[in-house]
Amino acid sequence: MSEALLSVRNLGVQFTTYGQTNQVLKGVSLDVPARSQIALVGESGSGKTVTMRAIMGLLRTPPARITGGEIFYDGRDLLTMPAKDRLKLRGTAMSMVFQDPMSSLNPVFTIADQMGTILKYADRRLGRSRGKKERMARVHEVLGQVRMRDPERVARSYPIMLSGGMRQRVLIAMALLSEPQLLIADEPGTALDVTTQAQILKLLKDLVEERGLALLMITHNLGVVRETSNYVYVMNKGVVVEHRPTAELFEAPRDDYTKALIAAVPRLTGGTSFGRAGAAA
Amino acid sequence: MTNILEIVRLTKLFPVRNGFGGKIGEVRAVDDVSFAIEKGKVYGLAGESGSGKSTIARMIMGLAGPTSGDILLDGHNITGETGSRAYGRKVQMVFQNPGSSLNPRRTVGQSIEVPLAAHGAPRTEHKQRVSELLEMVQLPADFASRFPHELSGGQKQRVAIARALAVAPQLLILDEPTSALDVSVQARVMDLLVDLGRQLGLTYLFISHDLSLMRNFADTVGVLYLGKIVETGPTASVFESPQHDYTRLLLASVPVISAEEEAMRPRIPLIDGEIPTAEQLIALRGGAAPVSQRTEK
Repeated sequence: MSEALLSVRNLGVQFTTYGQTNQVLKGVSLDVPARSQIALVGESGSGKTVTMRAIMGLLRTPPARITGGEIFYDGRDLLTMPAKDRLKLRGTAMSMVFQDPMSSLNPVFTIADQMGTILKYADRRLGRSRGKKERMARVHEVLGQVRMRDPERVARSYPIMLSGGMRQRVLIAMALLSEPQLLIADEPGTALDVTTQAQILKLLKDLVEERGLALLMITHNLGVVRETSNYVYVMNKGVVVEHRPTAELFEAPRDDYTKALIAAVPRLTGGTSFGRAGAAA
Repeated sequence: MTNILEIVRLTKLFPVRNGFGGKIGEVRAVDDVSFAIEKGKVYGLAGESGSGKSTIARMIMGLAGPTSGDILLDGHNITGETGSRAYGRKVQMVFQNPGSSLNPRRTVGQSIEVPLAAHGAPRTEHKQRVSELLEMVQLPADFASRFPHELSGGQKQRVAIARALAVAPQLLILDEPTSALDVSVQARVMDLLVDLGRQLGLTYLFISHDLSLMRNFADTVGVLYLGKIVETGPTASVFESPQHDYTRLLLASVPVISAEEEAMRPRIPLIDGEIPTAEQLIALRGGAAPVSQRTEK
């Protein structure tokens, strides 16, 4: 367990709203070894996003409260370390790729401004410093890494001047700026068209493999799980109901919930029959 | 083999204006689209954002007027009168997001009563009809007094379906009816749509970008790209041997969960399939994609 880059042990989270307390996570454990591609899959309300937010330290407390468990990164418990140390890790050792490219980018600043700012603060947290020119060089370099054909032009652009797929690639570039070891991706590409989503997933997979990163993919889409991970955790109602190598999960799911989830996915080959009569359309 | 709906060379142009309101060109949002839907069948329109699928739905519903072309319902040309009450009794629509298509200040019962009142059903019969409709979509009768915020996404979409069925239409336009729902909820809503289709002899125009869902629901499919139907035919044969490059790209992009599905995905590089902007489209004019038309085996 200690060899995992990220290890969540028995994490409990509860939310209190209007005097009502809900135990949203009931002892979640998962491991993300270095250079591994892990998926966390669940439907809305399963707790996958809360798990991700707890890992990144983005839960608002209150209403949320961590009721127990540990989150180890590189052997150190994120929940007990000083806030300053934790801040040093966030966005530098572990980065997030957010879901919605339009609401994650500030419409009144250029991409270069926004990426430059992220880099400046990341440098400051790590006690490094570099000049504006060097920062821009790094911004252009990373935009090139996410396969932008003309990084300098993209850097000068405002978000509205870019297509959805390009914006999503900018978000990936932002996550890569300070060379993290772990990428946490929250449903990247779900806001996009299928053809664009396919490109984004492929890009993410290529980058993770090229750069030897670990990937934790949070998604509700079993197809995305199969395309991007080799080990999968299935969540339902605040618990991990099943975790296995991805290929095994699809071949022989054990848990009843997982079975039902897989059965609900319509197949490209046809044969998924809807309706009580059961006859295929 | 009677066609309930026939679309003949339907075209919709939108003007493109510069910053001062001057017209600098036109976008062919829907470009010479023709198709027909047989009674009791499901016709699927597949396409990504910007392909024109929603514009077609809006024109059939009478929410937008076509630039040219005809819409025939039951053999009658209804192009000019699509907004009329008589037409509304035959064609209804279920929208994508039940969260925003239901009025939050109306109870479920009141929402379903709106079309009843608009189409002149006697008030004394409203209550009875509302409970019938709720039963049809498999919701308890006491849901009539609930507000949309008390309902789950799947329940809201059932209410939207009940409302669309209130006037006993023949054709239902389904615009991405399950794209906002979880996959297990989606399966139950699709079950309901299939059951209702059989019981009531409904005809569906199913609009979706989800090809896996399309494969399992539509009898015939039309693939839309840049306002044109680039490929059409029986769903199984279009999926098994796609002829047009764009269909192949779409199929190659679907994330799948089994080796069998992977095997049927065309092996092509995932090129930049993004729809060009209006300005780029004007520059592109003339380079029309060839249409691949297939007939029933």
